[in-house]
Amino acid sequence: MAEDPLLSVKDIVVDFKTRYGNARVLDHVTLDVNSGEILGIVGESGCGKSMTALSIMGLVPNPPGKVTSGSIKIDGMELVGMDVDRLRQIRGKDIGMIFQEPMTSLNPVFTVGEQIAESVRLHENARPKAAMDRAVEMLAAVEIPEAETRAKAYPHQLSGGMRQRVMIAMALACRPKVLIADEPTTALDATVQAQIFDLLQDLQEETGTAIILITHDMGAIAELADTVAVMYAGRVVEKGTVDAVLSAPQHPYTKGLITCVPHLEPDPPVERHELMEIPGVVPALTELGKGCAFAPRCGEAIEKCSGEKPRLLATGDAHVTACWVAQQERAQ
Amino acid sequence: MGVWNTIAKRVGYGLLLLVAVLILNFVLISIAPGDIADTIAGDMGGADAEVMAEIRTRYGLDQPFYVQLWRYLSGVVMFDLGHSYFFNTPVTTLILEKLPATLLLVFSAQILAVIVGTLLGVMAAKKPNGPLSLTVTFLSLFGFAAPVFWTGILLIILFVSIFPVFPVAGMVDVTVEGGFFVQALDVLHHLTLPMITLASIFLALYSRLARASMLEVLGADYVRTARAKGVPERVVLYKHALRNALGPVVTVAGLQFSAVISGAVVVEAVFSWPGLGTLALQSILARDTPTIMGILFFSSFVVIIVNILTDIALRLIDPRIKSG
Ligand SMILES: Nc1ncnc2c1ncn2[C@@H]1O[C@H](COP(=O)(O)OP(=O)(O)OP(=O)(O)O)[C@@H](O)[C@H]1O
Ligand SMILES: [Mg+2]
Repeated sequence: MAEDPLLSVKDIVVDFKTRYGNARVLDHVTLDVNSGEILGIVGESGCGKSMTALSIMGLVPNPPGKVTSGSIKIDGMELVGMDVDRLRQIRGKDIGMIFQEPMTSLNPVFTVGEQIAESVRLHENARPKAAMDRAVEMLAAVEIPEAETRAKAYPHQLSGGMRQRVMIAMALACRPKVLIADEPTTALDATVQAQIFDLLQDLQEETGTAIILITHDMGAIAELADTVAVMYAGRVVEKGTVDAVLSAPQHPYTKGLITCVPHLEPDPPVERHELMEIPGVVPALTELGKGCAFAPRCGEAIEKCSGEKPRLLATGDAHVTACWVAQQERAQ
Repeated sequence: MGVWNTIAKRVGYGLLLLVAVLILNFVLISIAPGDIADTIAGDMGGADAEVMAEIRTRYGLDQPFYVQLWRYLSGVVMFDLGHSYFFNTPVTTLILEKLPATLLLVFSAQILAVIVGTLLGVMAAKKPNGPLSLTVTFLSLFGFAAPVFWTGILLIILFVSIFPVFPVAGMVDVTVEGGFFVQALDVLHHLTLPMITLASIFLALYSRLARASMLEVLGADYVRTARAKGVPERVVLYKHALRNALGPVVTVAGLQFSAVISGAVVVEAVFSWPGLGTLALQSILARDTPTIMGILFFSSFVVIIVNILTDIALRLIDPRIKSG
């Protein structure tokens, strides 16, 4: 890639101190987001998707968590270890974030207009009146009808879908370079989910904001994202353009994820090991062995898999995979 | 307008409650053995049946119970709470004279306890395992365990013999001369110790409550949202979190108000504060029933008003509390 990526996450390690010992929640996660692109992150519950987002925001709960090593750069500016006041100026200004739970992510005691306007006042030194005007404008932009009236509403007076729109308006109010959407639709009805995805896509086309879209929804990834990263137990196991990864998944875990979604069958279909569902559960992060974390659940595992962790290596054009089997096949 | 409806409703309930309090007090006092005539006769060193009857007629005690009750209630409507035979003054005059001192003590102690308690709680919640947090926990245990009179007496000992900077008795220094401002300062000077003594018990309660409430709120998703917006930590604490954490503190402060008034009775006695508490003690010892009933009435009245104010405050804090 010729130009530097807008956001580059390199070898981020996040450790959590727990009663059962150290949990490596993120293990050398590396991701790039180019401006104007949508990066999808997928993976099972607990694989570290939200933690990746929080480490970019500098919001890893500390204690017990800690960014142990690695680098996160936005526009070439290093965020890891940055002074809290500087970081605060970047949060909400250069990086906006929306969360999984629209029902609880808005403050119940302030009007939604005030909550959006606060961001504008903070980052653009706007006067209250101007900030409120921007809030109303943003509410209209996320297709909330009667934006002026709704700005005066409290969160409990709005539906879940509306609240998520408010969250999106809030995250975009200062025209961030990157928007992180952490499972923005998980808590919503199917029809509302589609509306929110449409909205994100429209806004992305209009503003050119890069988006990191975290989701369980492979269908949404196929439709919206340009690139995709698949995570498992705190690591990125496969990464590449959506076309490459979805049409020719290399990691058995990715294959499993895709075959779980009927209409996303790759072409030609990967051979199905009995699965419509990936057997087993994600291992506890405090009990990870020295091998590939997926090996115990993997139908293709070879001896090497339980002995040494595979690294991400090219398995195609714009496509990397951390899997011994896939890498061997590629080498042949 | 929903708010006004609610307030009107609360005021209505309050009035009903007051009437109930009045009736209950009246009934309780009348079923207690002995009446004013006995007391007066006792003070006079004995009286014969004729004199007793005369006293009873003078105070209306010869009338049937419901007539007495009716007279009392209709008197109260006109702010006439009867006549204190002990002080030989109308009860209303007596109480209105002492009420300001008590209100000053009670409200200043309550406000001090709520504000300082909440601030301590917030600061403790910032570092749940830090030294301040431990101090708050310790302080609240101490506050629960220490009786008011004991705290008061300790303060008196401390300020009489070690740092004689605050007066330990009374409300004004008669030798102080000057305009309103000077007089007010003098009152504040006298107020300091009784206020701190009375506040200390409740301060402990409120700080522990604020700490717990803040700790819960600080884990909420909307606090994370505020941080993600780049809100400075101080604003996260005092605007986003505290506004949400305040509910339990205000609720309990409202409920505790009657306890603050009871505490004031003791504190007034310890510091010779010339308020209703002192009057209550005197009238109880003298079996001056009209005055006792008047004081009960006024304190119920204040408690009911404070409850209504608490309700309004809760509504202002949290828009989710619906009218009704
Ligand atoms: N406070 C904490 N203490 C210990 N471990 C934690 C803590 N918070 C998160 N974790 C662990 O970090 C891991 C990653 O969590 P994360 O929230 O990033 O998962 P996720 O991929 O976003 O899952 P989901 O799809 O459920 O949102 C999980 O295994 C979780 O158990
Ligand atoms: Mg998550």
